[in-house]
Amino acid sequence: MSSYAVELKHISKSFGAVKANSDVSLSIADASIHAVIGENGAGKSTIMNILYGFYLPDEGEIWIRGKKAHIRNTHDAIALGLGMVHQHFCLAGTLTVTENIILGSEPGSSFLLNYTAAKNRIQELSLQYGLQIDPDATIDNLSVGQQQRVEILKALYRGAQILILDEPTAVLTPQETEEFFKILRSLKAQGKTIVIITHKLAEVLSISDRVTVMRAGKVVGEVETAKTSAEELARMMVGRDVLLKVDRKAHRYSGPSQQVIRVSNLSLAKGFKPHALKNISFEIAAGEIFGIAGVEGNGQTELIEVIAGLTKPTKGQIFLNDIDITNYSPREIKALKIGHIPEDRHRRGLLLDSNLLENSILGLQYTQVTGGTVFDYKKIERHTKTLIEGFDVRPPEPSLQVRGLSGGNQQKLIIAREFSIGPQFLIAAQPTRGVDIGAIEFIYKKLLELKESGAAILLVSAELDEVLSLSDRVGVIYDGQIVAIVDPDTVSQQELGLMMTGSTSSKEQKSVVT
Amino acid sequence: MSKLQNVFFPLLAVVAAFIVGAIVIAAVGDDPLFVYGLFFSSVFGTIDGLSYTLFYATPLIFTGLAVALAFHCGLLNIGAEGQLQVAAFVCAWIGFTFNLPGLLLVPMCMLGAVLAGAIWAGIPGLLKARFGSHEVINTIMMNFIAAGITSYLTQYFYREPGDPILQTKHIYEQAHIARIAKLLSPLGVDLPQRLPLNLSLLIALAAAGGTYFFLWHTRWGYDLRAVGANPAAAQYGGVNVARNIVLAMCISGALAGMVAIGEVQGYRYRYYEGFSAGYGFTGIAVALLGRNHPLGIVLAALLFGALQRAGLFIDIFTDRVSKDLTVILQATIILFVGCEELFRQLKRRWAKPA
Repeated sequence: MSSYAVELKHISKSFGAVKANSDVSLSIADASIHAVIGENGAGKSTIMNILYGFYLPDEGEIWIRGKKAHIRNTHDAIALGLGMVHQHFCLAGTLTVTENIILGSEPGSSFLLNYTAAKNRIQELSLQYGLQIDPDATIDNLSVGQQQRVEILKALYRGAQILILDEPTAVLTPQETEEFFKILRSLKAQGKTIVIITHKLAEVLSISDRVTVMRAGKVVGEVETAKTSAEELARMMVGRDVLLKVDRKAHRYSGPSQQVIRVSNLSLAKGFKPHALKNISFEIAAGEIFGIAGVEGNGQTELIEVIAGLTKPTKGQIFLNDIDITNYSPREIKALKIGHIPEDRHRRGLLLDSNLLENSILGLQYTQVTGGTVFDYKKIERHTKTLIEGFDVRPPEPSLQVRGLSGGNQQKLIIAREFSIGPQFLIAAQPTRGVDIGAIEFIYKKLLELKESGAAILLVSAELDEVLSLSDRVGVIYDGQIVAIVDPDTVSQQELGLMMTGSTSSKEQKSVVT
Repeated sequence: MSKLQNVFFPLLAVVAAFIVGAIVIAAVGDDPLFVYGLFFSSVFGTIDGLSYTLFYATPLIFTGLAVALAFHCGLLNIGAEGQLQVAAFVCAWIGFTFNLPGLLLVPMCMLGAVLAGAIWAGIPGLLKARFGSHEVINTIMMNFIAAGITSYLTQYFYREPGDPILQTKHIYEQAHIARIAKLLSPLGVDLPQRLPLNLSLLIALAAAGGTYFFLWHTRWGYDLRAVGANPAAAQYGGVNVARNIVLAMCISGALAGMVAIGEVQGYRYRYYEGFSAGYGFTGIAVALLGRNHPLGIVLAALLFGALQRAGLFIDIFTDRVSKDLTVILQATIILFVGCEELFRQLKRRWAKPA
């Protein structure tokens, strides 16, 4: 019994009519790394939030180290030695590492703060687990990977023996991920138990000891990592065979390969960043997917917004079939059959509180789809139904509020809408972000079909695998510049990782010299 | 389901408010049944009652629509009061300045009112679109400016010599619009000619229909609502966000300005300082209760009009309750409407199987 750090027994939890967890049982061995995987809405976050005291289960028991535990809130969870690191960090940017860590559990008497003691303790912990964090550093000056380590330190500082990590690698580069895994192994070696929630199968295979797969609120299987494969895990997650690898080569455009879009010397000054974008140039031909790889926040967002006409560039030009569209409005750009799948669908792509009908015409309201200035709702409904059927949006009900749809279905609606204009150029930004594996496969297929039909596609994604497997050419963006354009078939992840962190721009120059 | 809720919650708020009102009445020592009976009979008992209720409701339909339209664009127009004041003044000024035939003067006065309201609301709209300064602050400030300017002009330039009351001279008779009683008499319906209910009620109902059509059946309305729902997504969808903010404020102000038609051209025939019993502010409550939907706004305005009508009778015919009761009812209705989220949560808790 006591060899388990955590045992969840027959946990059920409903939100209204939705059963988020039903009869979930899960045992996590002491001093192990245990992965919980599943698609969006499979209930993996819910079960972890129950463990950490955010939610109370409707039924079931939680046992910690062989003892029945009553976790009513996060304080109880922390007292039992649980710690959680969320996907989005909870750090105050202007404060130091030490200040952030002691926030809420300040040491010393009730009146005087014993800062030095805290600092020394953090220093100790940092050394012990190889976290390499300076307690006096200000959070804003740390990289994302370092900030994540501060979050881990925070949990350790509060005496966590069991760490729950929610999608921890989503924000990391390949190198940072490697570093991060080293830390996890060191934590495990020193007796900590780690639960990692993720959807990246490759990482599950490389780091975890055991894997629990969840689907539709239930545990569908638990396997030893050494005895499974990505294919098997994907099948368990989705409930059917999934094509993980896309065959880019099978989708070829056979028409004349003329240049569709050309970006020349694009620069953008934004706020106090004089070079949010700096001299970006590339072109995309008909039937080509040009991918942009890079660590988030290196100018991808700005590049997309400038090309889509949402931000005016400071310098440079954008040509569509040799027409200068640099200062065109989003409306004019859409009229030229340029589709745009926005990177943040909630912020840009949807009117969340409106229904599918109204969302199916966003950006298309100036075309004949709506029947003119006075809307023809019959026509609009036909259009919506076409989108729903063509992209299998569920539930297929035009009058439903979009907010109630799953992320994958919201995304499918947007993609269907953008495809419906028959784009000659498509900006696909994070097309599969927060989307289930099953839907990802579908979206890949659609993108490749669009390419095959002769459209030019700009693909921007934080998922390196996605960029590499779909793109014909890949531009690496770092600090607002395209530092290299590489062939996805020959470049290695390691090389790419180095370029993404800027370390090759000097190397490359060197190689040019020699 | 959600359509049903749109009716259910406001109705629940009204019923709950009347229960609270009954408790208040009982607490001061009067008979709730008697008071509410009086309420009912004063509104529905006579032609006078119905007519006055409709008359009081008319300006509230306009201001309710004004607030709701701005709201659909994500804007809070607190300045309907100032907009309708400026509109009323301009309406009267045109009416007593130009001695033209009615066929010309009536629409001129109306147009003046509408334009004045639109401009007065358009200024904060422009400031919001251009500089991002908040429309709530600016519309409130515009209210004070409106009050200052109109009373200054009335006091020093347009008052009838020797008139102790702060009001302008009368508008020309050609500028008057017909009273409903007069409109109906050729049809054989005989109403007392003294009733102030006038053509502007029909204009208000038309405005409600027009607002509905504009918002939900035209591309302009779609663009405007898209900006209100999510400005970033609207921009992505090709909508000119700044232009729609100005447009929404202008239409909102125009709707508020239409109050002047009934008040100046149909009732007082002059600009009278303090003619508005806070219509612009009550409009916010009307829009809230009416869920920003034109039909709901018409119904909410009727309720508030009935409250205003009944207040007078309650004042006169009860021993202890004053017409402040109607203010209490209005306030509690708004409080209960505001509690809607609480209702929803309670409902969720009750709905959960034990």
